[in-house]
Amino acid sequence: MTSDGIVLEGLAKSYGDVHAVRGIDVTVSRGETVALLGPNGAGKSTTIDILLGLLAPDAGTASVFGMAPTDAVDRGAVGAMLQTGGLIRDLRVGELVAMMASFYPSPLPVDEVLGLTGTEAIAGQLTQQLSGGQTQRVRFALALVANPELLVLDEPTVALDVEGRREFWTTMREFAARGKTILFATHYLEEADAYADRAVLMAHGRVVADGPTTEIKALVGTRTIRATLPEFPLERLERLAGVAHAERRGEAVVLTCSDSDAAIRALLAEAPGARDIEIVGAGLEEAFLRLTGEAAA
Amino acid sequence: MSSRTYIRYELLRTLRNRRFLVFSFGFPLILYFLIAGPNRGEGSIGGTGISAPLYYMVGLAAFGSMNAMLATGARIAAERQVGWNRQLRTTPLTTRTYFRAKVITAYAVAIASLVLLAIAGTVLGVRLPAHDWWHMGWLMLVGLVPFATMGIAIGHLVTAESVGPAIGGTTALFALLGGTWFPITGHGALYDIAQVLPSYWLVQAAHVALGAGGWSSRGWLVVAGWTLAFAVVATRAYRRDTRRA
Repeated sequence: MTSDGIVLEGLAKSYGDVHAVRGIDVTVSRGETVALLGPNGAGKSTTIDILLGLLAPDAGTASVFGMAPTDAVDRGAVGAMLQTGGLIRDLRVGELVAMMASFYPSPLPVDEVLGLTGTEAIAGQLTQQLSGGQTQRVRFALALVANPELLVLDEPTVALDVEGRREFWTTMREFAARGKTILFATHYLEEADAYADRAVLMAHGRVVADGPTTEIKALVGTRTIRATLPEFPLERLERLAGVAHAERRGEAVVLTCSDSDAAIRALLAEAPGARDIEIVGAGLEEAFLRLTGEAAA
Repeated sequence: MSSRTYIRYELLRTLRNRRFLVFSFGFPLILYFLIAGPNRGEGSIGGTGISAPLYYMVGLAAFGSMNAMLATGARIAAERQVGWNRQLRTTPLTTRTYFRAKVITAYAVAIASLVLLAIAGTVLGVRLPAHDWWHMGWLMLVGLVPFATMGIAIGHLVTAESVGPAIGGTTALFALLGGTWFPITGHGALYDIAQVLPSYWLVQAAHVALGAGGWSSRGWLVVAGWTLAFAVVATRAYRRDTRRA
């Protein structure tokens, strides 16, 4: 399919005995914003390195807009903010962004990028004088100035404070609204939930779930019931209507529900002694723990 | 894509690194005055027919400019340490433009070093016809080509922590065996070794003053060979160098 932005097929990569990525299939359409979600060591950065042409896979293929990753990079179609990385010293922020812009065939104007990333105020500062948060903004500016069709961000908000994060995502949404394809890796579940059209969950080098974040939540039940209920057999709770999964945490039990309305009625009927009852919407975090826990087992 | 912008900023970065410039220019000058100053009356050092001020002028110009060329390696290693090489690899910047910018920057510092030593030489009484200055200058610029490729290779093979000793040691060794500190003549083992080193031919540029007419064909071969060898090493090291630090 030529309309596909990114196609990863059967990707595998090992470093010696460490299987970083073990057979990944992911497709991202043009204009989509997709989160690559997973804990450290899930294989996100390795996948991104392959996608950017920085790493050759042991098996499988990666294509970006129908091209090999390195060809897409050579045409200036890709802008990247890598996970680790600093800035070279002895240049002012504005100069560094201008230098980066000079590499691309149709870059964004430097002033526009400085404005978008909130770095106008530090444009005259030398890169070695920046704080961690400022450095991160400048790195974002370096990715944006490419005016790329595909923007790849590997854990972009790691060094940012709450305010910085909010500004970052506002800018990213603005950029996404221009019809750009965006792939970002994160282990902040709320970020994937709030800013991606779709989440690809990775664990142990595999994709464990791939779909709209709402769909992923539905996969493992939409709500959780927590109640203090000592010495009540878990098997009985698991058989209750609307309960997908039950587990014990000390005196409390946690019921992951496919239908929490049915489950709470059944629980009260079956176990009238239950107290301190809480019903909470399962975030992506619950879904994540559930899915990656199963993949590990 | 214009490579001019990249080259301009690379130069600017290097010029802003004051400490680097002070050491790069300062050491060869100080050493020159310390070594050649007391022997300024020596008209034929080691029986070469070359005066001490001229011999050491070329010797320390070779030392300083070699160091300036290899210092590219230190800049590259520092860039790699912060992952900048990987960042560059996600851009359309070509290998050719990248190498060109690094080489031009290295030459800018090396040329400044040569000019400073030439001025220092005249202070100690070196007098040469204009065409001899030019001839010597050109030979040295050509003789530095292998060190340009060597600098890039070192930068991509060595970590930022070990690049200092790697460059310092390389320069010291090449300078010693090339005849920077004392003329290497005769037919001993040292002479045989020196003959195949590019630094020897850098220092040999001084022989222009004797009307010797530059390098022998062997000199050209040695310089070309080292250039080619390290160009291959540098290119391979650069291509391979995409791993996360």
